[in-house]
Order: sequence, then structure tokens, then C-alpha cells
Amino acid sequence: MRFWLVAALLAVALLVVPRVGNTYLFDAILTPFLALSLAGVGLNLLTGYAGQISVGSAAFMAIGAFAAYNFNLRVPHLPLLASFALAGLTAAAVGIVFGLPSLRLKGFYLLVSTLAAQYFVQWALTNFHWFANDDPSGVITAPQLAVAGIDFSSSAGRYVLSLAVVATLTFVALRLVHSQTGRNWMAVRDKDLAAAVIGVPIFRSKLLAFAISSFYCGVAGVLWAFAYLRTVESDGFTLDLSFRILFIIIIGGLASVRGAFFGAAFIVVLPLLLSRIGASFFGTTDSGIAELVEMILIGVLIIAFLIAEPAGLVSLWDRGRRRLARLLSFVPAPQS
Amino acid sequence: MFSSSYKGRLMPVLLASAALALGGAIALPSFAAPDRGQEYFPLQSYRVGPYAAGGTGFFGGFIDYMNLINMRDGGVNGVKLTWNECETEYEVERGVECYERMKTQGNPGPAAMNPLSVGIAYALLDRSTSDKIPLITINHGRTDTTDGAVFPYIFPLLLNPWSEASAMVNYVAQRDGGLDKLRGRKIVVLYHGSPYGRETIPIFALLSQKYGFEVTEIEVPHPGNQQQSQWLQIQRIAPEFVILRGWGVMNPVALKTAQQVGFPADHIIGNIWSNSEEDVRPAGAAAVGYIALTDHPSGTEFPVVQEIIKTVYGANKGNLDDKSRIGSGYHTLGIINGILNVEALRIAQQHFGDKALSGEQVQWGFDHLDLDDKRIAELGATGLLPPIHVTCADHEGAGAVKFQQWDGQRWVTKTGWIQADRKLLRPLIEASANKYAAEHHITPRNCAKTS
Amino acid sequence: MSFFVDVLVGGLLSGVMYSLVALGFVLIYKTSGVLNFAQGAMVLFAALTFVSLTEHKLPFAVSLLVTLAIMVALGWLIERFVLKPLVNQSSITLFMATLGLSYVIEGAAQLLWGTEVHGLDLGIPDTPMQFGSVAISEFDLVAALIAATMVAALTLFFRTTRTGLAFRAVADDQLAAIAVGLRLSHVWAIAWALAGVVALVAGLLWGARLGVQFSLSTVVLKALPVLVLGGFDSIAGAIVGGLLIGAIEKSAEVYIGPFVGGGTEGWIAYVVALGFLLVRPAGLFGQRELVRA
Repeated sequence: MRFWLVAALLAVALLVVPRVGNTYLFDAILTPFLALSLAGVGLNLLTGYAGQISVGSAAFMAIGAFAAYNFNLRVPHLPLLASFALAGLTAAAVGIVFGLPSLRLKGFYLLVSTLAAQYFVQWALTNFHWFANDDPSGVITAPQLAVAGIDFSSSAGRYVLSLAVVATLTFVALRLVHSQTGRNWMAVRDKDLAAAVIGVPIFRSKLLAFAISSFYCGVAGVLWAFAYLRTVESDGFTLDLSFRILFIIIIGGLASVRGAFFGAAFIVVLPLLLSRIGASFFGTTDSGIAELVEMILIGVLIIAFLIAEPAGLVSLWDRGRRRLARLLSFVPAPQS
Repeated sequence: MFSSSYKGRLMPVLLASAALALGGAIALPSFAAPDRGQEYFPLQSYRVGPYAAGGTGFFGGFIDYMNLINMRDGGVNGVKLTWNECETEYEVERGVECYERMKTQGNPGPAAMNPLSVGIAYALLDRSTSDKIPLITINHGRTDTTDGAVFPYIFPLLLNPWSEASAMVNYVAQRDGGLDKLRGRKIVVLYHGSPYGRETIPIFALLSQKYGFEVTEIEVPHPGNQQQSQWLQIQRIAPEFVILRGWGVMNPVALKTAQQVGFPADHIIGNIWSNSEEDVRPAGAAAVGYIALTDHPSGTEFPVVQEIIKTVYGANKGNLDDKSRIGSGYHTLGIINGILNVEALRIAQQHFGDKALSGEQVQWGFDHLDLDDKRIAELGATGLLPPIHVTCADHEGAGAVKFQQWDGQRWVTKTGWIQADRKLLRPLIEASANKYAAEHHITPRNCAKTS
Repeated sequence: MSFFVDVLVGGLLSGVMYSLVALGFVLIYKTSGVLNFAQGAMVLFAALTFVSLTEHKLPFAVSLLVTLAIMVALGWLIERFVLKPLVNQSSITLFMATLGLSYVIEGAAQLLWGTEVHGLDLGIPDTPMQFGSVAISEFDLVAALIAATMVAALTLFFRTTRTGLAFRAVADDQLAAIAVGLRLSHVWAIAWALAGVVALVAGLLWGARLGVQFSLSTVVLKALPVLVLGGFDSIAGAIVGGLLIGAIEKSAEVYIGPFVGGGTEGWIAYVVALGFLLVRPAGLFGQRELVRA
């Protein structure tokens, strides 16, 4: 039944939404939501499942974006999706390098060391002009998005392309966490020592988590750059973006692939909702005050959520569903 | 204990507020929709965050000028101006969201976009072109968008970054008594570590080669609140001049650190984004004597500023909360931006008729924007902005600046309009624009043909 | 040679400024194991409050006292409404809560006092004085002196007062501390209040340098590598780490920067801290190794 639910949801998203949505829905809500969800899934593999904190997700998104740009530019006749995959692999390779400290560091020390990745990558991408094809400002622009001769450059097209990529990778992630690799990660997360004793290869598991997580973030970065913003500079992949991705998995629910989607919806949609409500309350003259109130509200809501629902939106969802099921069980089943 | 009950009560409140928010968002109209038949200017403004000082001043000036036109003249040839704001916090993603939200509003759609952010402008480059909405990047933006043949909808009006660099070098030469005196001089360029800051690296290198001065370009990492090592390096190089290409907090810190290492402020020359009151006041005494380039001199003596004070602030419709900021650098820049947008609309109306125009039609106005000294005097803005003549091929249209010095209280204008060497820069701009056109399969329009 | 000394001394002194921010982190981490990302926002809040009060014509001393009181109250409020309800949550949840907190404080600070840029003059000249061949700014000397005084005061406080003793007990072993009847929330409230005081001092000194504005809240990023190097829970480490980071960062920018296009200051501190950690995972003075997140 669950399978059919997801399939139906996907069918609606893929077949109905592109027909009824407008460019605002695609360009300002759905496409960034998809890109951030994918980054959230990636970070959740690392943080939620393997227990390694990282605040460098935006850096790996940047690597993905710039790698895809360069592969597209420099390798003639490379299919678009192949450049996506190569970008992910590049991010994964860098991820392994920055994952090495995790073999010795834990907790906040690891967190701060991933900051090194965040800053170093941003610096390297802007400082070496080759990465941006010697653009004087270090800005890259998305190429034409065509897969197998079909053009995906319209806003609906970019949404569909993102959806296809995200859905595929999410499916892989779901399989992954239920495989031996996923179980190894959780063993590493829950008890390092015990995991070693029962023969889980700790170092390999950790590095694999870094690699796969970075792969996901890298591809998310490509979507962010190619499908969403279309023109990016490495300065756009800030620490703030990394924090937002971390919020996504915490608010959505750690160690839950679904959670990343809930969290991303929260993080993308909430500020938009608040700003619209603000605009109608304060009028348009005082956007400064509305903005500050909104900032405070977001902060308060985040704290309130952490207090009231530390297991994330996903557990709220599950509880709601159970309650609904219990409610429905009092209703006699329709005869068929 | 108390805390647990507080925790328990939190959830219903949260759920209720979430439900309320959701309901509210669905029930509310997406925005206070601009009226029909009015010219709509969407404002992607920023009033909070690290660059709030610039945003409030600039958008305040822009709104004040539009208010003046509405209140004094009843609009532009009977067409009232209307606008609303969307906060970007100077962040690209938010700027894009605002653009998408605002571009479908207004009837017949937005006249022009004025985001005042290099990053947002970059992200809107092909969006606004395909949506046929002019994108105005006054005094900033991407230099090669000056080539209107490749970028018909992008307007880096008045001064692009390369012209700015050239004008600064010309000023140094003028101070010393001629371009030939530059040979052997040492100049340090201290720039903000961002696309904006890096944009002029090749141009300073080119100019140094041409005129034989020695240039060292030093980057200050964003946001620029630590500059000790850079200034120690400067101290060691001992240049005649330091050219400061800063933004936000980097500016006062540069001045303070210069004082700390003993570099004289009157040998530091600030660029177009290092030239407002907000940049120097926090540095206090360290800023006295500091020189900066401007094409939007501050001051309240210009007739147009006087009229804004009288008509708009007199009726309590002024946009700045702090009245002492009227006529400050960012505020006058906003007023100038208002003048340019309104005049472009006026020129477009001569072509298309006195009614609310679409972005595509207003583009024609920008493409033919031509303000000579006489027109500028009529606008009450003599000395506030240089004559500007935009053409199909040249979307900058001016490239002249003045230099001003901070005396501790206010900016004192020291020079008349100094021109950039635009002939020297033009081939480079075209080369860069053509590279962009080739990469993006753009066929440049033929500017010889269009009138 | 004298140039090298200039760079080194300049670096050490700017390191003192990092230490000032790092101290606030240490106080909270030591007692409650929270990495308080909102420390930067507190620095901004303190400086903005102080400067706005003086601009409303309050005398220096009164403004200082009022701000001090506000910071202490803020610390208490945070403990009461954010940390207490989050007790026993994972440290990453706590960290995210302080991130949310930083939004609230930054928003409130600007809502209360506006978004304008303020100059702050403490009356300490920031001009170079010659010591032999080395030029040192008087301001830097005063800052160093203040930092030293603060460390001395904090050390005395921990060593001699009852509250200080309770702090150390909590830092050593929370369970044991509860068992002997210490009230954790009491100790935490004091720790947050103290962090508020440290934020005020840092805010004044940084504000005098940078101008009081939004960017003040980003100084936390400068403190993080200091913490890694010095250990999250060591006051002495915050000082020594700050000095080291300052010196390394400046020398690297001056001597390596020109060869790689400059801008190394953004990341070199993190890379150095990282390299160091690989050799000594608990930092210079850190006491305990962190167990999992």
C-alpha cells in the first residue's frame, strides 16, 4: 500500500503538476525544494545514519556545480546526465579527503574541521580562475539542459528534470540504508567500539559515508546551479546554506530519508509564508520590520520545534497517521 | 516541574500557529496587487542584514523620488508610479524568489528591476532577458553587459567597474600633473574578496602596463573585518596611493587599520561602493582626509533633494526614518536611480504613447536614454549626476566621476567630472561580451540598424 | 627581520581579539557541553545596546551597567526558556537550538536598535606607538590587558568562590554534582550570564574596531578554530589558541598569500587547527575527548 501511495504521489508530481503549475511555483518553490531535499538526504546519510556531523554540505554542492560546469564545457559531446554523475563523483572524491579527519575526530571537533572544507573549497573555487573558465567575476552559467534530445530548459522542464534525478537518487538511498552498508553505518553511529568488536569495518564505513553523502550533495549542487539559480558564484554556497541543510535534517528527522523532504519543505516554504503574512500585516512600506519579525519567528519556531518534537517532523507525521488510522478503525469498513 | 508543562503546552500552540499560517497564506492574495494602468516598479530591497545601511538609503531615495513624481506631477504624463518591496537580505536565492514573485504582477507588468546586488543581478541575467524586463545595475554589475548588442535588457548605467578603475587612475595622474607622471609610481589595490571585488583585476594590470606604474592587488577575505596582514604588506610596499574597492564593513575597518599602521588617509582613494557616510562614520577620526570617487555626490543643496524634503517629507511621506540621512550618499544614489528610471519611462512614452508601459517598451526608453545638461538642470539635478547618453551599443552612457574628501563631518567635492578612458576599455568589453554570446548561443542584435 | 616581528606582534595582538570571543564559548561549553553558536549574536546585541544607550545621552558608566544587567538577564532567559527544556537532548540538537537562538537575538537587536551602522569611540587611541623598531597600537595593548584581566578574574572566580567551585564540579562530572545537591540550572544560568558579560567586553572592543553593525555577529567564525586548537573547555587554551591562530594567520597571509592569490585568512586557521587535531585530538589544553555526537 505504501508503494502505491509513493507511486501515486510521484505520478502526480511528474504528470499533473507540470501542467497546472506556474513559473513561480517551479522556480521559487519546487525546484529549490527538490535540490535542498537531495542535499538533505545526502547529509542525513552521513549525520543521521553514520553519526558524523558536517557543516560543509554547501561546499560539496559548490564542488558538484563547478565540476558539472567544467565537464560540460571541456568534454565535448558529454551527455548532461553523465556530467551530473561525474560531478557527484568529483564531490565524493573530495569528500573522502575531508572525511579523513573523522577517523580521529568526533563531535564538535569534527564539526569545526568540516568548516575547513567549507572555507577552503569556496576559496579555491574563486581563487583559481580556471574553475570558472576565467570569468573575471568567477561566475558560472548553466549550459543548455537537454537529455536525449529533449530540452528541459523551461521552468517546468527544469522541475521535471530535478524531480527525476531526486526521485532516482532517493530510491537508491532508501535501498542503501537497508543494506549491509546502512546497518554498518548505524553500528558505527551507535557504538564505535562494539561495532569494531563485531567486525564492522569502521574506517571504511565512515569514509564511505563521507563519499556517498558528498556525492548526493554534489548532485544537489548541480541541480541548485543548473536547474534553480542558473547562474552561480562560489560565494553563493555559504556556511549559511550548510546550516540550512543541517536544519533540514534535524527538523525533518535524523536518520530518515523521508525526513529530509519534510525538513526541506519546512525550510523553503516557511520563510515565504511568513514574508507573505508579514507583507499583509505590515503593508509594503515597512519591509524592514516585517523582515526582522520574521527572522525572530523563524528562530523561535526552530527552537520550539527542537523542544516539542526533537525526533523531527517525520515522527509527528507518523503519530498523526497512527491517530488517523485509529480513528478510521472505528468507522466500519465499506463493503466491497 | 514547570519546564515539562511548558513543553507540553508548546505543541498545540505550534500546531495551531502552523494551521493559521497555512490558512492565512492560502486565503491571502499573493500581494497587495498594483493597480491597473499604473507603472509598476518591483523593488527587491534589503533593509536588514549586513548591508542594510546601503539598502535603506538606496531604496529610500528611489521611493522618495517616485513619491515626488506622484505627488508633485501626478505621475509621469498622468501615469502614476506604483511599487512594492520584497526583502532579499542581499542574498541571491531570496532575490530570485522575489523576482519570480514580482515579475507577473502589475498591469502591464513590471517596468524594470533594480536589485542593487551584483549577485542577484547575475542570477537574473538570462531570466530578465527572456522575460523582457530591463535589469538596471546602476554603478555596478557585470562590466561586459555594457555591450547592449549582446545584452539588450541589461543596463549598468552611469559607471561600470572598469570605467571606475580607469577614472581612479586618471585622478591619480591628474593630481600628479599628467598621465606621464604615473611611470614608476606604486599603487596598491585593496579589493573585496567577491566577484564584485575581483572584476577589475585585469583592468588595473592593463593600465599599469600602459602607464608604467607598479600595481599590487591585494584581496581582503569577505566580509573584511580583519585586515591587519594586508595593511602590514601595504606598509612594506609603501605605495603612493591605496585604491580601496570595499563594501560594507570592509571600508571602516580599512581606514581604521590604515591608521593603526600609520598609512595616511588622504592617500587612500575609495571606489563607488566605499564612498558613503555609512562607510566613514564608524571609522571616526581615522577617516578624516579620506578621498573617494563618486557619481552621486551627497548633499541636500540640489534642487531635487530640496523638493523631496519640501513635498515628500513635508507631507510626512518620506521613506527614511532618520531624517539626518536625507542627502547622504546612498540616498542620493537612490534618487538618481529614480531619475533614470522615470526618464527612461518618459522617453519610452514619447515612442509608445502616454500610458502604462510593459518592460519591453520601457527597455526602448532605457536604450534611448539621453539626459544632457539642460535636461538635468530641468530636473533640478545639476551636479548630482553627469550627462548620460545611452545607446543600443553602449548601456553605460556616462563613465564620469567626481572625487570627494571626508572632513570628519561631511563629504567635500574636490573635482569636477573626471572621465574614464572608455575608448581603451571598449574592445575588451566587446571581446568579453562576444565570448559570453558564443557560450550562450546569443546572436547579438545589429546596433547599426536599430535607430 | 623587523618586518617579521611587526607581522608576528600584529598577529598575536589580533589573536587576543579572537580569544575574547572564544572565552564566551568556553564558559558555556565547560559547564553544559553546548557549543553556543549564538555567542556572536550576543556580542552584537551587547555592543548595539551599549552604543544605542550612549547615543541616547546616557553616561558611559550608566550605559555599561544597564547593558551589563541586560546581558545577565538575557543569559538567564536563554537558560530558562531554551536550554532547560532541551535537557538530555543530543549535543547537535542543542547546537541547532543556539543557531535558532542567534536568529532571534540578531533580529531582536536590530528591531530594538535599528539596522544603522554606529561608530563607537572608547577613548583609546588606535594609533601606532614605537617600541624600538616595532610599532604597536595602543588600542591593541589595552585589549590585551583587558583580556589578561578577564582571564585572571575568571581563574580566581573558579578557584576561590563557592559558585566557581560548583562550576568546576559540574564541569568534571555532572551526575556527581547533582548527587551532592548542586542545582545544575543554577550553575548554567550563571554560566550564561557570565558569557553575556564576556560578550559585552568583546562587543565593545570589536565594535570600536569595526564599527557597531551586523557583521559583529560573524566574529564567532573567527573563534571556532581557536576553540579547536585550544580545546573547547579550557580558558587558558582559548588565550593560547587565539594567540597562535592570530600569529599563524597573519604570517601566512603575508608570506604565503602573495603566491596563491591572497585571501588565505578565510581558511588557514581551520586547516592549521585541523592538522593540529590530527596529531592531538583533544586540543592543546582540552581535558576530555569528545565521545560521539
